[in-house]
Amino acid sequence: MPISRRQFLKYCAGTGIAIGASGTLLPEIVEALEKAVAGNPPVAWIQGGGCTGCSVSLLNTVHPSIAEVLLKIISLKYHPTVMAASGEKAGDYLYDMAEKNKGKYFLAVEGTVVTGMDGKFCTPGKFKGKELTFIKLMVDMGTNAAAVLALGQCGAYGGIPAGKPNPTDSKGVMDFFKDHGIKTPVINIPGCPPHPDWIVGTIAHVLMFGVPELDSDGRPKLFYSTNVHDNCPYRSYYDANKFAKSFGDEGCRIELGCKGPESFADCWKRGWNKNVNWCIHNSLCFGCTQPGFPDKFSPLYTKIETAGREVA
Amino acid sequence: MAKLHIDPMTRIEGHLKIEVDVEGGKVVDAKSMGTLFRGFEIILKDRDPRDASQLTQRICGVCPTAHATASVRCLDNAFKIKPPTNGRIMRNLIYGADYLMSHILHFYHLVALDYVKGPDTAPFIPRYEGDYRLDPKTNKVVVDQYLQALDIRQKCHQMVAVFGGKAPIVYGMVAGGATEVPTFDKIVSFKWRLQEIRDFIDNTYLPTVYLVAGAYKDLFEVGVGCKNLISFGVFPLDDDEKTFLLKAGSYTQGKDMPLDQGQVKEYVKYSFYDDKTTGLHPSKGATKPDAHKKAGYSWVKAPRYRELPHEGGPLSRMWITNPVLSRHANKFLGVDAKKEIRFRDLGDKTFSILGRIVARAEECKLIADAMDKWILQLKPGAPSNVKVEVPKEGEGFGLTEAPRGALGHWISIKDHKIDNYQVVAATIWNASPRDDKGQLGPIEQALVGTPVKDIKNPFNVVRVVRSFDP
Repeated sequence: MPISRRQFLKYCAGTGIAIGASGTLLPEIVEALEKAVAGNPPVAWIQGGGCTGCSVSLLNTVHPSIAEVLLKIISLKYHPTVMAASGEKAGDYLYDMAEKNKGKYFLAVEGTVVTGMDGKFCTPGKFKGKELTFIKLMVDMGTNAAAVLALGQCGAYGGIPAGKPNPTDSKGVMDFFKDHGIKTPVINIPGCPPHPDWIVGTIAHVLMFGVPELDSDGRPKLFYSTNVHDNCPYRSYYDANKFAKSFGDEGCRIELGCKGPESFADCWKRGWNKNVNWCIHNSLCFGCTQPGFPDKFSPLYTKIETAGREVA
Repeated sequence: MAKLHIDPMTRIEGHLKIEVDVEGGKVVDAKSMGTLFRGFEIILKDRDPRDASQLTQRICGVCPTAHATASVRCLDNAFKIKPPTNGRIMRNLIYGADYLMSHILHFYHLVALDYVKGPDTAPFIPRYEGDYRLDPKTNKVVVDQYLQALDIRQKCHQMVAVFGGKAPIVYGMVAGGATEVPTFDKIVSFKWRLQEIRDFIDNTYLPTVYLVAGAYKDLFEVGVGCKNLISFGVFPLDDDEKTFLLKAGSYTQGKDMPLDQGQVKEYVKYSFYDDKTTGLHPSKGATKPDAHKKAGYSWVKAPRYRELPHEGGPLSRMWITNPVLSRHANKFLGVDAKKEIRFRDLGDKTFSILGRIVARAEECKLIADAMDKWILQLKPGAPSNVKVEVPKEGEGFGLTEAPRGALGHWISIKDHKIDNYQVVAATIWNASPRDDKGQLGPIEQALVGTPVKDIKNPFNVVRVVRSFDP
């Protein structure tokens, strides 16, 4: 049964049947998705100045399972951590795929675009006989993609590599595209790493309904529009002025350095790893979905200035 | 002579390029080249020391808990504090769960496709063609396990999250201990997940490793390497953190020796760093990139122990600890099931592609079995961390074993801030380039002599590299 965009948004936001309770996308979405994407659209996943954490997080997707994603939903044409091929066999396959599917393939970018030293800090491989910088790979692949998923803090905003003093001139994809006049639409999926549901859910939206509505930081509103502090299960402690003074104490984690008031994401209802746990229950929110992480929130284990703000 | 460039070297963590010269069907020279620099050590300077345990985890998204462990041990050392028993055990459990994830991921998702033909669809094609030796039925069994293992490794991360908050990247390890206070529910939730993982390791992962090994027996002779082994020790078993499940020590030029971290030095003659920073102990280490350096061929420095290249990883830990192996080892060797076989009983075979893969699988069982005991040593309600105060000045180091080798963090603190932070990451040992004396790094040495039957499909070259889990 096909589902409407309205239903889809409802499912993803967890306002209908509670998605947050299981930490997965609903079976209805997965089924609709499998039908909608008959022909498995090509996806290329490239890695710049990153740590592979976004890929590992994606592997943790529960429903759909990663096996379903790879075999039934997308056709993953290039992924350095997963694909069978090595060396030029892999690189040439990527360029052939991009040529054949001009304007039709989706590009996922994990890690920063490392622009310093003319790109010498990051040379991701040999493609069509030439050793390329990540800058060149980004221009070649980015220009002809249907849309780009800028993954994690790094792909979206530059993340830790762009932290002070940004020794490699690392950038997020949007900034890089602006510098190079590349017009391909970019969807930021920040988080260090992002939740697998945010990645898979965004891919699902793009494949079924096109680019989702984005906020002013380029993130899909369906996952990043709620304030963590306002919705935090520990919020009642805050209102009652009960604060944890050390880890393991009962109480709101503001005094320990929680960045919930500054952070927008739905971790508070989605949970992590099939909702086994999540950051604030375990310790703190560090603001990893926000532009400016980590510098904006450093020192991480120190109370933030805005902690006392009035919230709705 | 043929020159092969394998770039990108895929199915690893990070960016690696391998260059080999092949003559007369064998590798005669090899270069291992790291092709990414992010500058974490530079970024860490002037930050709050406590932030290091968060930021350094993002060096490697496959083994963030390794950096978390090294970092919190480093901070404990510099702050002169020790975690309480609950904190030590919880750190071991978080880290152990990620170890299981990493080892299972390595065998099934990073190396298996060098031995097993995947489905004829992307990302399993294109691939090297030729040397796949399993019969179609066995091949299918392993491909099915590839998919099953995806789910198992995801469940390992659920275990990580029970005490770590989430995975990958954990929040549950901090200077002074762990953040959660264990509850009965959490202990149960961890333990039942562990049961399923242990069952998979004992009845699927281990027997399959030996099954595949049986079809590729010649690979017990390929990829020997430098035969110097190092382990920093991992999973402390007492609150003074002096004894470890997997011991600290080295096996250097054929001799067992106690570990002395003062003997670690990093060389940069062939790395893209300022020559003036070569030969330093990490406590005095420096990170000054020089992208245009003529002699440079890698962004990886060359760490040496007692001036010699040393291999790190499961092979090193299992050789140094020399534990009793699983019943599957007896079966594989055709030895009576009641007889105890220790790792060193495997002899020189262990210094090889398959030796490393077998060591990893056996180690996975050893750790999973130990975790099943540790989880019951947690005391519900008892504290798991001690109070932390950042000193005005201080120095410290934290050593551990990442799944893929010896990992050390070194810190010096000035005015309550990081003055210098140096990381000698696990793969830096194995994937290092030549040092100032021209000694090849461990992967480079392991590649030399490797038979290459078909230069269009250099199976053995990638098998050697991946056996190190770089």
